[in-house]
Amino acid sequence: MPEYQENSIVQKIDRLAETLYRLTLRAPLIAAAARPGQFVMATCGPTLDPLLRRPFSIHRCSGPETIQLLIRVIGRGTELLARCRPGESVSLIGPLGRGFRLPAPTTPVCLVGGGIGIAPLLFWADRLDAPERCAVLLGSRTGEELTELTAAFSQLGCRVETATDDGSLGHHGLVIDLLIPHLTTVSKVYACGPHPMLAAVAAACRSARVPCEVSLEAHMACGLGACLGCTVPGADGRYLHVCKNGPVMAAEEVAWNR
Amino acid sequence: MEPVTAAPDLSVSLGPLALANPVLTASGTFGYAAEFAQLVPLSRLGGVVVKGISLAPRSGNPPPRIVETPCGMLNAIGLENVGVERFISDKMPFLRTCGCRVLVNILGDSVEDYATLAAKLTGVAGIHGLEVNISCPNVKKGGVAFGTVPEMAAAVTRAVKAATDLPVIVKLSPNVTDIVAMAHAVATAGADALSLINTLIGMAIDARTRRPKLGNVIGGLSGPAIKPIALRMVWQVAAAVDIPVIGIGGIGTAEDAIEFLLAGATAVQVGTANFYNPAAAGEIVAGIEDYLRQQGESSVRAIIGSLRLEA
Repeated sequence: MPEYQENSIVQKIDRLAETLYRLTLRAPLIAAAARPGQFVMATCGPTLDPLLRRPFSIHRCSGPETIQLLIRVIGRGTELLARCRPGESVSLIGPLGRGFRLPAPTTPVCLVGGGIGIAPLLFWADRLDAPERCAVLLGSRTGEELTELTAAFSQLGCRVETATDDGSLGHHGLVIDLLIPHLTTVSKVYACGPHPMLAAVAAACRSARVPCEVSLEAHMACGLGACLGCTVPGADGRYLHVCKNGPVMAAEEVAWNR
Repeated sequence: MEPVTAAPDLSVSLGPLALANPVLTASGTFGYAAEFAQLVPLSRLGGVVVKGISLAPRSGNPPPRIVETPCGMLNAIGLENVGVERFISDKMPFLRTCGCRVLVNILGDSVEDYATLAAKLTGVAGIHGLEVNISCPNVKKGGVAFGTVPEMAAAVTRAVKAATDLPVIVKLSPNVTDIVAMAHAVATAGADALSLINTLIGMAIDARTRRPKLGNVIGGLSGPAIKPIALRMVWQVAAAVDIPVIGIGGIGTAEDAIEFLLAGATAVQVGTANFYNPAAAGEIVAGIEDYLRQQGESSVRAIIGSLRLEA
């Protein structure tokens, strides 16, 4: 699969919530090659500090030549990215990694996203044959973070349910609570979010015998399979590398209890 | 000086090993080269030094394995690699096609391990040299690192030289009191060239959780942060030994590379920069050529060790 080092141009930056931004970048090569679930490595700025690129799931291919990234400001690197302005350039490497397994099933599926982990699910929902047969379950700290994202999934025809930590939107509690009733009717679950959420989703799917794919997150220096930094323990006792074995993996490939 | 119109000669020799240009990629930062094939014109590089290979496969350290630090990064990968047999069967077929020199970094737990590895890799088509990683602990001698005791570094060097007719480069650790003494010991033992520096041992702590940021607690510091130390050590070692020196440490631009050549390095290795800018090594080759034109030099060899010390 093709990979490029491409200087993208910032088209637009939207602040979706206090620390949540949506960056629209013109990156024709990457946009043409990207598949749902894949990621890019983005430079945070022109200087050597911070040194390393940051990995971001491709949130959406919003046009034939543009991609969108969802950015949560958690440190200096993401803060610099959130401050960039239209017309500025951001160096990208991508599209990288293994995305959601194609072809997408047309049978009813469930997408489960927590926080910034919602990012890759919109791109996947875009490519589903029958979005109206897709239940999208979104969890977040506050309702504010979900307003725009909920609308985007709804526009595709997906049925969206929400859960928030503070109860300000939808179910007051965890997104896993929303998943349980769906497990009797869906044929596959796709999840991305914090590790405890993914572990809970994987466990629920396993006991309901519903296949599940998860998109994992890890610190990585290169995203290319060279630094070997982005390790997660695999179910077979070996280490998996999020950049090459994933970021999307079958839930049973991962050792969740380690 | 007259401007030079012909393309400057970039070729250099590391003892018996001739390179089309002085820019190599450093072990552990470039995988087995295939990882970068779509992003980097490999045939433009002087060579690649592949990820360190041991006799048996190694799974490496528990995560987290990397942490970013100011202008640098710490890693504690733990020498994860596919082992020599799978390296030869699975990784060499691509490396034979990459159009540049292929150097194999080897690592062992005993002198015999190094000799066995060298023997196994000798005669494998497409391998142009060995780089001996002496930074790992000697398990037999109670974990003493080969890279910090001159006699042991010399013993490894002699054993590898006796086991192969390939050019042998020994990679030195900066975590020593006197790197010149290490360089002397290894050169006297017959190394064809030296490469330095490996990473500096460092540590990072998360104050909020009171936990180390690396799963292995300590790790190797690399990147631009270590360049001044590397430059100083290369300058000292190049002045002290008669064999070629390869400069490593924080090289990300042609200017960085040229500084090492001026300090006495015959070639350089680009390491951590491959992570944040895969195009770096290629840009450095082009940048050295531009510099030579600007300086009116017809060969890169003319600038090696040409640091001006007089006022």
